Amino acid sequence: MGRPDWSQGAGGGPFPGIYFKRVGTMDYFLELFFGGLTRGSIYALIALGYTMVYGIIELINFAHGEIYMIGAFTGLIVAGVLGTLGFPMLGILFVALACAVIWSAAYGYTVEKIAYKPLRNAPRLSPLISAIGMSIFLQNYVLLAQTSDFLPFPKLTPDFAFMEPLRSFVSTSELFIIGSTLLVCVALTLFIKYTRLGKAMRATAQNRKMAMLVGVKVDKVISATFVIGSALAAVGGVLIASHIGQINFYFGFIAGVKAFTAAVLGGIGSVPGAMLGGLILGWTEAFATGYVSSDYEDVFAFALLVLILIFRPEGILGKDSTQKV
Amino acid sequence: MKARWMLNVLAVLVVAVLAAGCGGESKEEASSGGEAPQGEIILGVPGAHSGDLASYGLPTVNAAELVVEKINAEGGVLGRTVRVVAQDDECKPEKATNAATKLLSEGVHVVLGHICSGATKAALPIYTETRIVCMSPSATNPPLTQSGDYPNFFRTIAADDAQARLGVDFAKQLGLKSIAVIHDKGDYGKGFATFARDFVEADPELSVALFEGVTPGAVDYSAVVQKIKNSGAEGVIFGGYHPEASKIVSQMRKKDLDIPFISDDGVKDDTFIKVAGEYAEGVYASGPRDFSSNPLYHVALEAHKAKFGTDPGAFYYEAYSAALALLNAIEKAGSTDYDAVVNALRTEDVDTPVGKIKFDAKGDAEGVGFSMYQVQDGQYVELK
Repeated sequence: MGRPDWSQGAGGGPFPGIYFKRVGTMDYFLELFFGGLTRGSIYALIALGYTMVYGIIELINFAHGEIYMIGAFTGLIVAGVLGTLGFPMLGILFVALACAVIWSAAYGYTVEKIAYKPLRNAPRLSPLISAIGMSIFLQNYVLLAQTSDFLPFPKLTPDFAFMEPLRSFVSTSELFIIGSTLLVCVALTLFIKYTRLGKAMRATAQNRKMAMLVGVKVDKVISATFVIGSALAAVGGVLIASHIGQINFYFGFIAGVKAFTAAVLGGIGSVPGAMLGGLILGWTEAFATGYVSSDYEDVFAFALLVLILIFRPEGILGKDSTQKV
Repeated sequence: MKARWMLNVLAVLVVAVLAAGCGGESKEEASSGGEAPQGEIILGVPGAHSGDLASYGLPTVNAAELVVEKINAEGGVLGRTVRVVAQDDECKPEKATNAATKLLSEGVHVVLGHICSGATKAALPIYTETRIVCMSPSATNPPLTQSGDYPNFFRTIAADDAQARLGVDFAKQLGLKSIAVIHDKGDYGKGFATFARDFVEADPELSVALFEGVTPGAVDYSAVVQKIKNSGAEGVIFGGYHPEASKIVSQMRKKDLDIPFISDDGVKDDTFIKVAGEYAEGVYASGPRDFSSNPLYHVALEAHKAKFGTDPGAFYYEAYSAALALLNAIEKAGSTDYDAVVNALRTEDVDTPVGKIKFDAKGDAEGVGFSMYQVQDGQYVELK
């Protein structure tokens, strides 16, 4: 039987001497560092949605992971259609992103109107349960409306030639994720700080009743928050699905749980906190895998969370209830 | 007095109607009476014939009856007719010992069963002590044969660790020395990986470069891929299912880690090829051997359809093969003597629906079980 093609590729294959143990070297550290950075950026991108919503109405929106999944599905459908029409790759990426953003934003808006708004003045536990219900509903809706199978997701990010020497550290699709997260984070911070809507958000976050009294349309602000959070999730969904190469209806769940952890770690309600929390979580997992064992990846991640919450219950950058968004 | 006589007739009628009403049970009632007449060969078929797991046991009874019917029509074994005696154990160990004892009191010569590993293990000491050959179509627990405790036990199905054995042997055949064993922490994947690790460690020429579990559903596996790369592994054996396998393989190939990737039945799925796309090319995965091109397979299938009007159920072909193997061994041995039958099972090839088989020293059928497949041009191709 012939040797596999793969063993004759650039990596050298099963010839002794090509590989050597490099644990402890700088290269290995950097590889893990960039791996953790990508993972952390993914978490951060999703965590932003959790943190914004929590900042404004103190609700943990468990359906956020599902909005992210719906964004990825929308991206897949659009990319599939455009792909058969022969669009160029970057064109597909941007159209797919735009469609996913619009569609997910619509879902976010609707979910808020259906599941959370009627419970605005209910005890805090009620919207939380409603959020869990929404999450289960959306998962099963996609399961029934689409498929339970894993679907291949096309690669939408081109390989830039200048990235070639860095390939073992960071690929183009990873660069896209890291870059978008950074961009989104900066844009969001500026938006909250300098725009009218951003100001209204901050006001609502500080004191909803007071904001209402001074003329802020609180319901609109909350809707806007959901729309923005969902749009960010959709961007994440498309980029990450394209990076991983597969999606199914359950795609948002684990990512959602991890992103939520990141949001709590960084201080839920704080935008830079979500970014920082995501990165710390990503790095913890990458280094735990690299230097200890991937069996203990989650153990380290959650041990870190527990430790941070013991010493800083509000999270790393969280501030207790004065300034949240 | 007359009234009483009428009552008796009525009682007999009721019993007869009841017995006819529930076919499965009537079979046992009808066949389990009295001492074996001289000259008959008794084939005991213990297994789950009622309860939750009856669907695993009943196809074996069908298989035994079809084989016996055919062989009796052709003149029997050594000129003696064969009779099937079924005993229900519901796959429960405590009932399995009862079933075994009952079969012995019926004068059973060879046993086709039991079905579940737990029940088989419970009943086996009884057969071992009384030197009765016992062959299971479905008990896959590795120690049943590998422990060497039961020299009278045989099976026509591959043991649970057969895939791992095949994967490791295949890696060795590819010339790999240092192997990374990765799993998904699940029962199936970790079980496979643990067997694979043990086999690699047991082989002085091979070494385990890495043994790790990954979290299923994680957003990416780049850290573990980097770790595989740095472990110096020349190949990866992965235990788990296709979603994780496709992510790991894709990331390995993207990071220029072009070493062989060997996996299990959970990856030998077309979805894997669909999802992993170009990265799936060259991946190895083991899966059940395809014996549907075997003419005897169709004979067994048609016989079942003709008599029962349905497609056969679980372990039917394994049971059909086991019945053929047992009766063939008695024929070749020239008697029902224990040593002669065991010797015949180990030395004489027999054509069965699952292929031409004989048994190794431990009692596992040679040539049944799993084959290695490779993705070639977007399809799994069996490697011979």
